[in-house]
Amino acid sequence: MTQRRSYQVGTGLFILLGFAALAYLATQTTSIANFSQGDSYVLKARFTNIGQLKLRAPVKVAGVRIGSVESIVLEPDKLDALVRVSVDKRYKDLPDDSSAAIFTSGLLGDQYVGIQPGGSPDMFKEGDEFVLTQSSMQLEDLIGKFMVNGAPPKPANAQPAPDAATVKPADAVPGDTPTPKH
Amino acid sequence: MIGDALAQIGACGLFLLAVLAAIPKSLRHYRETLRQIWFVGAMSLVIIMTCGLFVGMVLGLQLYYVLSIFGGTAALGTVVALSLFRELGPVVTALLFAGRAGTSITAEIGLMRATDQLSAMEMMAVDPLAYVAAPRFIAGIIAMPLLACVFNALGILGAHLVGVTWLGLDNGTFWSNMTSSVDVWKDVVNGVWKSVAFGAVVSLIAVFQGYTTPPTSEGVAYATTRTVVFSSIVVLALDFVMTAFLM
Repeated sequence: MTQRRSYQVGTGLFILLGFAALAYLATQTTSIANFSQGDSYVLKARFTNIGQLKLRAPVKVAGVRIGSVESIVLEPDKLDALVRVSVDKRYKDLPDDSSAAIFTSGLLGDQYVGIQPGGSPDMFKEGDEFVLTQSSMQLEDLIGKFMVNGAPPKPANAQPAPDAATVKPADAVPGDTPTPKH
Repeated sequence: MIGDALAQIGACGLFLLAVLAAIPKSLRHYRETLRQIWFVGAMSLVIIMTCGLFVGMVLGLQLYYVLSIFGGTAALGTVVALSLFRELGPVVTALLFAGRAGTSITAEIGLMRATDQLSAMEMMAVDPLAYVAAPRFIAGIIAMPLLACVFNALGILGAHLVGVTWLGLDNGTFWSNMTSSVDVWKDVVNGVWKSVAFGAVVSLIAVFQGYTTPPTSEGVAYATTRTVVFSSIVVLALDFVMTAFLM
């Protein structure tokens, strides 16, 4: 009898351990871990190009996660992407002239929405829209611009031509500063 | 030769139907099923946990080296988690399960066959399919996904140990890249479905080989070997098919 009880207890422990491992995998290593717990409010931002931005991508200020991307839709009349981000209620003091930009974390990392705080005394309210946005940087565009503007064709018998280093950075990387919309 | 192989496959399919038909009757012997879960599942925990830890550590080390060539070590957590959940967890667990539990199921039933215990049960009006075969089959289906989950969890911890503790990767980067790219349904649950299928296949082959073994000591030895060989081949082939469909 005691032997039967011991293996029954052991089997129960084994099944519990298995389900605990499944729960750990499902909640700690997947996107479920990123669902914010508390209340949140929604802000809107328009981008001309969102790149590879995905739903539930992080929203960060100074590199700290404060929320996530809730929806991405194409605005039919303006043909730009309307991104709704939900921000944790704890971070309700965002100046309403803050700008939103789409960045890539690392070389192979995912894209996220980075918010640059502004200096306005007024704060964002539920449903407000970012006035200043900067679209995702397209590596192909940069390379294309660089090929066209950055390296002019050399004359056949000239000295070493001015190369990319002498080109003004502003030419090579357009759209580096946030551009106002509307 | 080919006729023999076809006959084996056909017999195995018919055996599967017989076992499935015997499952309702085997519910009366739920204690036996419980004992088999203990035997094939809980007793396999040590080997599964050790192997999971080391597979995770090796993945961490190898992928760190490969990713550092491209300057992408930040993606280590993501790559380790995806390769474990989608492929290595279910497949390696199934291969270990075939070696640890499948062989002992075959040897046990084979010896029952060789010593006429199965015939004795029939004489006592106890259906050996319901009392011997079905509980082991069900136990394999239940135990495999649980073992695969434990394997995955230990693998992640092993990769964390190597990547973060030894190689100095940032802890937050490791976890946040993993959590932002791994999906519950597409990655974790897909892996669980795979391991359910592998558990069914391995325990079916093990029970079938034991049940149909020639009643000699040599026959039991061959049957045990065939369990490991056939299970490994079928698991790897089925893995390809399931990956193609579940992608």
